[in-house]
Amino acid sequence: MTAVAETTARSAEKYRVTRSRRNVAWTGLGALVVVVVLALFPYIVGAGTETILVQAFIILTLASMWNLLAGYAGLVSVGQQAFVGLGAYFVLILNIHNLSMFTALPIAAIGCGVAALPMWWLVSRLRSGYFAIATWVLATTILLIIEKFPSIGGGTGMSLPHTPSLGSAVLEAYTYWIGLAVTVLALLGVYLLLRSRLGLVLTAVRDDEVAARSSGARVGLARMLVYVVAGIGCGAAGALLAVSQLIVQPSAVFSVQFTAEMAFVAIIGGLGTIEGPILGTIVYMILQQTLQSYNAWYLIILGLVAMVIAIFARRGLWGLIDEHLHVRLFPVGYWLWDPGSRGRGLGSARRRGGRHA
Amino acid sequence: MVWVNDVIQGILIGGLYALFACGLSLMFGVMKVINLAHGDLAIIGGYIAVGVIAVTHIPVLWSFVIVVPLMAVLGYVLQRTVIQAALDRSILTTLLVTFGLSVVIENALLEFVNANSHSLGVNDAIITSSFSIGSQISIAYLLLLIFVVAVVVLTGLQYFLSRSRYGRMIRAVADDREAAQLSGIDYRHVFGIAAAIAFATVALGGIAYGMYSQFSPTTGTDTILLFAFAAVVIGGLGSLWGTLVGGVVLGVSQAIGAQISGSDEFLAGYIVFLAVLVLRPQGLIARRGTA
Amino acid sequence: MSEPADRAPKQDEPILEVRELTVHHGQLRALDHISLRVFPGEVYAIIGANGAGKSTLLRTIAGLHQPTEGSIRYDGQDVTRIRPERRAISGIVMVPEGRRLFGSLTVEENLQVGATYARKGPWTIERVYELFSWMKDRRAQRTEQLSGGEQQAVAIGRALVANPRVLMLDELSLGLAPVVVQRIYGMLPQILATGLTVLLVEQDVSQALRVASHLQCLLEGRTTLQGTPSEVTPEQVEVAYFGLRSPGGPGGTEGGEPPVSGVGLGGVVPSEEAR
Repeated sequence: MTAVAETTARSAEKYRVTRSRRNVAWTGLGALVVVVVLALFPYIVGAGTETILVQAFIILTLASMWNLLAGYAGLVSVGQQAFVGLGAYFVLILNIHNLSMFTALPIAAIGCGVAALPMWWLVSRLRSGYFAIATWVLATTILLIIEKFPSIGGGTGMSLPHTPSLGSAVLEAYTYWIGLAVTVLALLGVYLLLRSRLGLVLTAVRDDEVAARSSGARVGLARMLVYVVAGIGCGAAGALLAVSQLIVQPSAVFSVQFTAEMAFVAIIGGLGTIEGPILGTIVYMILQQTLQSYNAWYLIILGLVAMVIAIFARRGLWGLIDEHLHVRLFPVGYWLWDPGSRGRGLGSARRRGGRHA
Repeated sequence: MVWVNDVIQGILIGGLYALFACGLSLMFGVMKVINLAHGDLAIIGGYIAVGVIAVTHIPVLWSFVIVVPLMAVLGYVLQRTVIQAALDRSILTTLLVTFGLSVVIENALLEFVNANSHSLGVNDAIITSSFSIGSQISIAYLLLLIFVVAVVVLTGLQYFLSRSRYGRMIRAVADDREAAQLSGIDYRHVFGIAAAIAFATVALGGIAYGMYSQFSPTTGTDTILLFAFAAVVIGGLGSLWGTLVGGVVLGVSQAIGAQISGSDEFLAGYIVFLAVLVLRPQGLIARRGTA
Repeated sequence: MSEPADRAPKQDEPILEVRELTVHHGQLRALDHISLRVFPGEVYAIIGANGAGKSTLLRTIAGLHQPTEGSIRYDGQDVTRIRPERRAISGIVMVPEGRRLFGSLTVEENLQVGATYARKGPWTIERVYELFSWMKDRRAQRTEQLSGGEQQAVAIGRALVANPRVLMLDELSLGLAPVVVQRIYGMLPQILATGLTVLLVEQDVSQALRVASHLQCLLEGRTTLQGTPSEVTPEQVEVAYFGLRSPGGPGGTEGGEPPVSGVGLGGVVPSEEAR
């Protein structure tokens, strides 16, 4: 063995590769605590706060999905409202047929995932800008078609006919819990997806598509999967919307404002990071609460901030935090540990330009 | 034979759609930018016209003399600053930024104007009246005028691109940006010119639309952007006259759709659009390895 | 190779000077402290194998890349931070690798674009038509319909009509038949006669040796040889080109890649040709 080969072999024994820098058990515990506290809210806070939080859940779920699409798969969809609307309408239709709206929610989400397949077939071959417009035309077309069916409310919409006969406080609480469940599942789903091999493909695509393709990654398949998952997520959010509002109006549930909001939240929080949508949602809720009576203003400010961040801080607010504190709440990358550093980790790999994926 | 009248209406309105579409096509052809705020710019043109007319009391038909050059300048400035900055990052960023711009514009209009529809009422009786061909066909002078203007603009644009010095520069930059730089051309300036043209034409379209119909802050994206896109897609990418063809096909399908059922006017257009995407996406298929 | 017949007045001042130029492509170092001086009226040839950094050097001088270190001086002025189009306007014009003609434009339109910001000088579109006698008849054709050699001629013409002072030619011979290459290089004297200076990059060493007044060999971003064709021996060129060292020496490379261009015509093993 040459001297070089020998050193390499010896080093290979001592170098470790782990998924996270700090003990992921701590982050997991922290997340669990947060979820438990949130779950206890209905016993602590009033219905008004619950409603606001349900709104936040919806936005957080949507933003996570949009982040998945644009930040990882490079798909800028301006038509996700199609799934929001479809999710709401699935709940309405199932409810008309006597299914409880709570039971209908997961079915609606799955239904949207199925609907995503033919939609993907229509738009998948298109270049980025045309993809965006096509998704939007598709959403508008679906809206126009749905409006033609008076049995589900036609152009004016319809209330859910079979709401459970519970007191309003209990109803709020159940809605809240299901909203919490949807959000937790959505975030968990995104996390697990990105941690998997598919996630590796997506992160590679995020960083350099040409290189990803040439290394054999099944980019097309990865993108389709992402589109379907985003369809499920947005559909769940739409179903949640129907459950919380108890009425489904086409112009409301298919509104392009949803796409605007989820895109801005995702961009501001940080595209291409899992933590970004959480941060973005917090910003969004603060803005919305403080500017409540000035409806258009929060969108204007949100939009301007998003534009500035898109140009100057590509990875958004979370990216800025990450750069300075090197924190990952959701470890999906890999860290290389130098045997000589005694557990301090090869942070220098980042400084030398190597990327922590 | 009511159909014939509607088909003719559809053909004529195709001219308006071509006005909407040619700027979009130009910006994409030259700088590979899809400006999602394109439709809103038409509406801004319309609102500026409303304001200008209110202040100066010039005849509605002449409002474009002030608005169009103004929008051209706005286009150049916006391109050299915001859009170029986004372009320097990536194509994705331009989509995000123009989308943001679109939402900001619409909501700013909602905030500062109001959500009601506006119209550039044309009072001149000659323009609002129509003339008849035979007993079945009635054509509004305004529509005919708009169509003629669209053809004139497209012809002018085509001539500009193929014969003038700047037109050559634009085509050269569109072909190969670096090689153009090596010939001494500042592509950022050329991009600005292209954007200026795009903003000017779409503003003209917006004013025309305001005369013919009504607009509100959301018409930009609801209607104009979609129509512009549909016209470009249907007519084929990269062709100026194609936008007229696309506009006409769109207009005719909408007219036929309206015949079938009053509310299906737009739906018919969208379905044709989607059908073209599926059946004939030449030029739209993402080439492997390009953004 | 004999010294050029015409000497510009300021022959003691280089018209183009590159000092300690270092260029990175991301983390890859493409050029490592390259220096050169080109005097007016010279034909300065940069040779080297694939990936040696030759095109990177020309592109950096043209302004399409920013160096990480070093400077470029043109006519006494520091142009290192000047944008590429401004450099072209002031007289450094490059004929890029692969021709890079404007595909949707005709032959004449390509020339017209080249002349957009032309300096005053002897070269006009008409004169380019004189230089390439076939071109005038085909001037309304789109360049996509031309052969490789014809495209190369149009690309050179497009650069000439700008009336450059320094004409940079990047891999003229790439993808062209030897006969065509020779014919194109045969135009060089006519071009030089109008007072231009030429900086060219060539993989085909024999061709470079035939036309150059000075040459510089690059290997992996570093200069391995510099001098006039009469000063260097074929063996020296071979060693510099491939990076061969005498056997047993430290850090010996196994020999560079064979200098074969895409069509296998540009690179000929020097030991056979440069005898």
